[in-house]
Amino acid sequence: MLIEVKVPQLSESVAEATLSAWHVKEGDAVARDQNLIDIETDKVVLELPAPSAGVIVKIIKGNGAAVVAGEVIAQLDTEAKGAVAAPAAAKLAAAPAPTAAATAMPAARKIMDEKGIAAADVQGSGRGGRILKEDVSGGTKVAPAPATVAVSPAPTLAAKPALPQPNVVSAEAIIADRPEQRVPMSRLRVRVAERLVQSQATNAILTTFNEVNMAPVMDLRKKYQERFEKEHGVKLGFMSFFVKAAVAALKKYPVINASIDGNDIVYHGYFDIGIAVGSPRGLVVPILRDADQLSLAQIEKKIAEFGAKAKEGKLSLEDLSGGTFTISNGGIFGSMLSTPIINPPQSAILGVHATKDRPVVENGQIVIRPMNYLALSYDHRIIDGREAVLGLVTMKDALEDPARLLLDV
Amino acid sequence: MANKQFDVVVIGGGPGGYVAAIRAAQLGLSTACIESESYADPKGEVRLGGTCLNVGCIPSKALLQSSELYEQASHSFVMHGISTSGVKMDVATMIKRKDNIVGQLTGGIKALFKKNKITLLPGHGTFVGREEERWRVDVNGEIVEASHVIVATGSTARHLPGIAVDNKVICDNVGALAFDSTPKRLGVIGAGVIGLELGSVWKRLGSEVTILEALPDFLGAADQAVAKEAWKIFTQKQGLDIQLGVKITKVETGKKGRDAQVSVEYEIGDETRTLQCDRLIVSVGRVPHTEGLGAENVGLALNPRGYIAVDHNCRTNLPNVWAVGDVVPGPMLAHKSMEEGVMVAECIAGQKGHVNLDTVPWVIYTHPEIAWVGKTEQQLKNEGIEYRIGQIPFAANGRALGQGDTTGFVKMLACARTDRVLGVHVIGNNASELIAEAVVAMEFNAASEDIARICHAHPTLSEAMHEAALAVDKRALHF
Repeated sequence: MLIEVKVPQLSESVAEATLSAWHVKEGDAVARDQNLIDIETDKVVLELPAPSAGVIVKIIKGNGAAVVAGEVIAQLDTEAKGAVAAPAAAKLAAAPAPTAAATAMPAARKIMDEKGIAAADVQGSGRGGRILKEDVSGGTKVAPAPATVAVSPAPTLAAKPALPQPNVVSAEAIIADRPEQRVPMSRLRVRVAERLVQSQATNAILTTFNEVNMAPVMDLRKKYQERFEKEHGVKLGFMSFFVKAAVAALKKYPVINASIDGNDIVYHGYFDIGIAVGSPRGLVVPILRDADQLSLAQIEKKIAEFGAKAKEGKLSLEDLSGGTFTISNGGIFGSMLSTPIINPPQSAILGVHATKDRPVVENGQIVIRPMNYLALSYDHRIIDGREAVLGLVTMKDALEDPARLLLDV
Repeated sequence: MANKQFDVVVIGGGPGGYVAAIRAAQLGLSTACIESESYADPKGEVRLGGTCLNVGCIPSKALLQSSELYEQASHSFVMHGISTSGVKMDVATMIKRKDNIVGQLTGGIKALFKKNKITLLPGHGTFVGREEERWRVDVNGEIVEASHVIVATGSTARHLPGIAVDNKVICDNVGALAFDSTPKRLGVIGAGVIGLELGSVWKRLGSEVTILEALPDFLGAADQAVAKEAWKIFTQKQGLDIQLGVKITKVETGKKGRDAQVSVEYEIGDETRTLQCDRLIVSVGRVPHTEGLGAENVGLALNPRGYIAVDHNCRTNLPNVWAVGDVVPGPMLAHKSMEEGVMVAECIAGQKGHVNLDTVPWVIYTHPEIAWVGKTEQQLKNEGIEYRIGQIPFAANGRALGQGDTTGFVKMLACARTDRVLGVHVIGNNASELIAEAVVAMEFNAASEDIARICHAHPTLSEAMHEAALAVDKRALHF
């Protein structure tokens, strides 16, 4: 029986997708649920499991084709027997999966793995679209080494006739000094770029800053780290504290947790906090749902899970949809201070940075404390300076005296 | 009776022709192949396979193998602790073995024709005209009609003016493969591939071989590092007397006692010398063969050197007339002809195809073998391309040592900027096989680092390719 293989339902905000990589070809036999193709949306890469066992008799849309939800992209014959398709290359047990499995030449693969370049982000110029070393190495110029073997002319017994030697300098040699490399943006990056620009254009963004003495949190961590890990199987990080502190502020100043819809302010009665993480494909923001109801341990576990999924490109559309507020941690890369861009349709974003020992004044004395600059970017269309500043102060107070989180004061 | 009609008629059953015919048949085209030569067929029946199978590649490799074994038994076994004495070569047996191989292969192609339902038309094919979208070709008086014609008439040995080739005493490749006994003294005019290979065969069997070459350079088409190494090995180790920059002035045959003799007078530098030999091989290149094709009857265009003019898809100036192999420009190599034959058959069937001449390998089957693909160092210099070299001698290779022959090296040239492999040159045992890896790599636009990062079995000669790739980056592990 001939059945249709269709693009699955994408989320509401995702209308189109791109067929990224077919893992089977016409004539291949497939098992039920075997991953047939990677479909790339703006947010995430979806796998398409075979609806039943059979043979792929026709591939209607090929790699790179733009498709919509429900579109038929292949035909499967459930009764035929065909050549067994080798299962998709990159299903290694060990994480992380190689970024450039079958589409890149060996040297290119190494460079891509080292530089964290994803295969989807590179236009391969080799045979069949393969990614060559030169596509990802930036055409580094290597000074030609002196020949390892002296090359002298073959022995001649008579005078050599002077053959005119055309001295053609190739175009390659001329441009060798200023290498350039053109790499098309991945679909994800294009979309991220669009949204960031859109956010800046519509939101009246400004940023308010404050600083936090992280010593109390650090002391707490030091005191209970071992026990925490033993009890919960996950390390006690800083992010869980930041999340809890943010939630405390959002509860007190609900407009920071709201969004604009036309001329309405929509206040959300729930707290879905987006945690910005880097992935090989770019920045993605998985959502901690109902963060107010999660314990610190649960938050840490979730974040660790997101990190692993992001690395493998396995974040689902569900993981990435929604969110009422976002926290971005530039500190892990060493950022001291920044002005984060709001993640639409949210109205605010908290940026936390690197904790550094700095001299501060306490009770008239200069002391050294581990300080962290907090930045709250907010949409001034609905959030006024008062709420923003006080919201940030609330976060600071909660972080500097974690007991307040416990007591809800 | 109506004329026979076919979708495709191939004129010539050599490597280009028979392969084109088989591919066309595979693609569902009704195909016929015209062949006129019977070569040494004892029944005088037409034989397929062309020059390559009958009087070229195949027989020469058979003789090279036999003579190489004789050479090893006589001189190389002793290092292994094997003592031999009284090793003799019975030339008649060697020639018979060669004949059997040729017979087997040409018979095999006939069987392939039957299997693929290709009609073999014995006789000489000549264009006579065109009628209603079909070409008319005369084969021994019978007219055959075809929508497409593929000309694959190949090449013949070039002869020198004033030197009459009788293929008994003065021979081209045909006679040189059929000597009835080892000539005491063998003269060879032309130090090209054929001259070197045939000269090698008889040298090993005991001939005193003198090779006279007109050009001042030895193996000018090869990378000069390889040419230099080859020169050393052939002239010093193997005792071939190769003279360059020679101008032949007179060739005379005569008799001395019972034996025929050839006397070759030549100028070299300021001297005039004479070479006396019992047999003379004339191997001064090959020329495209269009005699009797009837090109002029239909206006088939030839270029000034006598080749059939074609575009990159082997189309001639006439609609639906194609030409492949030695009769068109390009390297005169059987595998190039075969690739062109396949391309043309596929184009006729509506597919797209092309032959990449930059990745056609060249091989010389002397011992040591010489093989290369891509550019030589001289070419890169002339073209102004910056490159890096990785060169590894087989002396550093465990397998070669075990085999008792560490002659030669692998030399890899890569672009200094992109690291793409631009040329690979091998001189040594099995070079003809080893070069295949380089051809595949270059077809996939490999960088030298790619080859360096691919696992090669140990211990093999192919590791030398791997090491050469590492050497490009100055990080060979075993040298």
